[in-house]
Amino acid sequence: MRQGKYPFVIGFLALPVLLYSVFVIAPYAQAFQLAMTSWRGVGTPKWVGFDNFRRLFEDEAFWKAVQHHGILLLALPLITIAIALYFAFMLNVGGGSRGGERVGVRGSGFYRVVFFFPQVLAVAIIAVLFQMVYRPNESGLINGVLMKLGLDPVFFLIRPNLALWSIIGVLVWQAVGFYVVLFSAGMASIPTEIYEAAEMDGASRVVLFFRVTLPLLWDTLQVAWVYLGIAAFDCFAIVAVLSVDSGGPDGATTVLAVEIYRNAFVYSRYGYASAMGVALFFLTITFAALTLRVSKRESVEY
Amino acid sequence: MSASPDHTSDRVDSSATTGAGLPAVLGAANRRTVLRRAAAAGLLATPAAGLLSACATSGGDDEGNTDQDTGTKSATNPLGVKEDAALEIIIFNGGYGEKYATDVHEKLYQTAFPKAQIKHQATQAVSTVLQPRFAGGDPPEFVNNSGEKFLDFGALVADGQMQDLTELWDAPSVDDPSKKVRDTLIPGVVEQGMFSTADGSRKPYVLYYVSTVYGIWYSGKLFKDNGWTAPTTWEQFTALCEKIKAKGITPFGYAGANAAYYQWNVILTQAAKVGGPDVLKNIDNLEADAWKAEPVIQAAKAWAEIGAKYGDKSFEGLKHTDVQLRQNQNKLAFYPSGDWLENEQKKDTPAGFEYQLMAVPSLTASDKLPAGAIRAAGGEGYFVSAKSKNPRGGMEYMRQMLSKAGARGFTETVGAATVVPAGSEGYQFPPGVASSQAALKAAGANVFNMMFDNWYKELDTEARTATNELMFGRASAEQWAERIQKRADAIKSDSSVAKFKR
Repeated sequence: MRQGKYPFVIGFLALPVLLYSVFVIAPYAQAFQLAMTSWRGVGTPKWVGFDNFRRLFEDEAFWKAVQHHGILLLALPLITIAIALYFAFMLNVGGGSRGGERVGVRGSGFYRVVFFFPQVLAVAIIAVLFQMVYRPNESGLINGVLMKLGLDPVFFLIRPNLALWSIIGVLVWQAVGFYVVLFSAGMASIPTEIYEAAEMDGASRVVLFFRVTLPLLWDTLQVAWVYLGIAAFDCFAIVAVLSVDSGGPDGATTVLAVEIYRNAFVYSRYGYASAMGVALFFLTITFAALTLRVSKRESVEY
Repeated sequence: MSASPDHTSDRVDSSATTGAGLPAVLGAANRRTVLRRAAAAGLLATPAAGLLSACATSGGDDEGNTDQDTGTKSATNPLGVKEDAALEIIIFNGGYGEKYATDVHEKLYQTAFPKAQIKHQATQAVSTVLQPRFAGGDPPEFVNNSGEKFLDFGALVADGQMQDLTELWDAPSVDDPSKKVRDTLIPGVVEQGMFSTADGSRKPYVLYYVSTVYGIWYSGKLFKDNGWTAPTTWEQFTALCEKIKAKGITPFGYAGANAAYYQWNVILTQAAKVGGPDVLKNIDNLEADAWKAEPVIQAAKAWAEIGAKYGDKSFEGLKHTDVQLRQNQNKLAFYPSGDWLENEQKKDTPAGFEYQLMAVPSLTASDKLPAGAIRAAGGEGYFVSAKSKNPRGGMEYMRQMLSKAGARGFTETVGAATVVPAGSEGYQFPPGVASSQAALKAAGANVFNMMFDNWYKELDTEARTATNELMFGRASAEQWAERIQKRADAIKSDSSVAKFKR
């Protein structure tokens, strides 16, 4: 066995590594190369050095997008995790104990399935769905009701300071189900004896949650935070389909992926779009490194 | 003529697909590490969205085909096409479909050159299909460069990829050898397809084939039933808007979500009427303060008022199809668009609706152009690749398209008029196109066009955004002009953008 080790390992690795190089590494390398050119889609790319990056610094749309990613990075994980944790707790632990076993609130099996529904839908479909929900006139799901009640319609996607939050709402709606399942799985593996012991000491549900569930779930939370952070750096499909004027009104909901798309496929500025892609790449890498470092904490062994 | 980017991409975020099955399957001990690794893998996968792949820059020889096919010129073959040379046709499969090419134009070419082999390909993403071909030096002969993903004309010109069409325009036409091809077209069409090259000269590169007339549309039936007539002056227009509003119908509206350019088109058309077509020429040529010219500001002010008084704020969140549907339901009276509208709405238009076009009304008594003046242009661009094997065949194909039979066949297949008037003579257009064709005829020489949105997409985007701000009450006419002018100046000083003049 020991003798044939290297051929064996190489035999297994060669194909995946080759595929990875061709379909992942090579396009990356090419994007870095294109970012240094003023390529417009046809002809030989012209080398312009760091011009594209210099332009990035003065590009209002770029900074608007970065700012929105900042908001998304804070809001999306916070809101999603908070809601998902609450639901997961209620579904698994919140119902008290029955026969020495922690159970969820009544009907929790049903809720668990229902909460997961949005996760099954394709993002584009969700965006189209919410076009109906947010529609600013009497045929919108929300505004239709409001207007029937004689109230003024709410312009979810039109009011510049409401538009981004309307989109965050959709992102949260879509993400919560998955994290409920993730946290449920985490909670299921917390030994019941700990809960029992805490309850015997007179701990209320709130105390149970903050003193027992949360610390023992830390690792899962950390993973959730990274996932949601990555999602916050994307948001392309939702913004492109749902927002007014692709990232509008007046750039109020734009994100980097939308700006990249616009520069590449509308303005034919492939070089500049690649430079944005490179910027996004470094932003994402930095975020992940930071999160994994900051959230490193002694995990409780049980 | 959809106005929004392609919305088909539905990348699901990688977190969902990588993580969904894991927690249940794996034990508690290694679940954490696996999840963490999966998260790291997700990290690497996500930014790929931003990084453009494709081996588009992989090179190939840039000179293209040096041994191009030529044949002997004759009366039936004035462009000297090699009779058995193959010809590749790329058609944008959009609003007009591909049938007009396969059933009409390609057949005409085949009849003229029976030995030629025609290769037909239709696509909805022209640039995706063709970028590698141009980069690799093997472009197809004939390209219908249209749709959301068309190849940037400026980049094509700069790279010398388009065939100079001068020879075609000067060739005798198919139907009447004593008439040059250029003389069989609506005036201005050849001019519209001209681009400035790097050495400063201007050459015709593009054939704009479909006749497009822009204006404000209303339902003939709704107006007849209410005894309203299409206004020609601003006073009549606002007075009628009052009446319409009193009836509970929204007088005027456009779709802010994705079709704001319908509205800047109205504002600039108005400006051209007030100050003459040179106003638009200055804008196209990126002249200093062209957007801040008095007639432009005046027009923007007037329309901002219409937006505030007779518009509907919710339209900013609607797409063009939504607003067009409202017009079909008689909830909206006036809607600005081009004459593709009638065909686009065919399915939703109730019987007897009767689309009618009216020219943008005169703003003042001292307008430079008469009330009937309209914006009309050729739409749908076609070019021949200069570096293809058989560019002469490509030009001959165009000559066949521009024959009476070619134009007629197109009109009969798709219901739109071409830039060849002889082709639509005596054809029974539906009421909307009939009214726009009548308006075009009535306008006579008072027809103008603008090109900046084709030349500089970024300026188009800025104008759209600014126009929404203006029409929905968040910016004044001055602010509107200021910000578009700023973008125009930025484009002017940007050396990476090819500039055009007319």
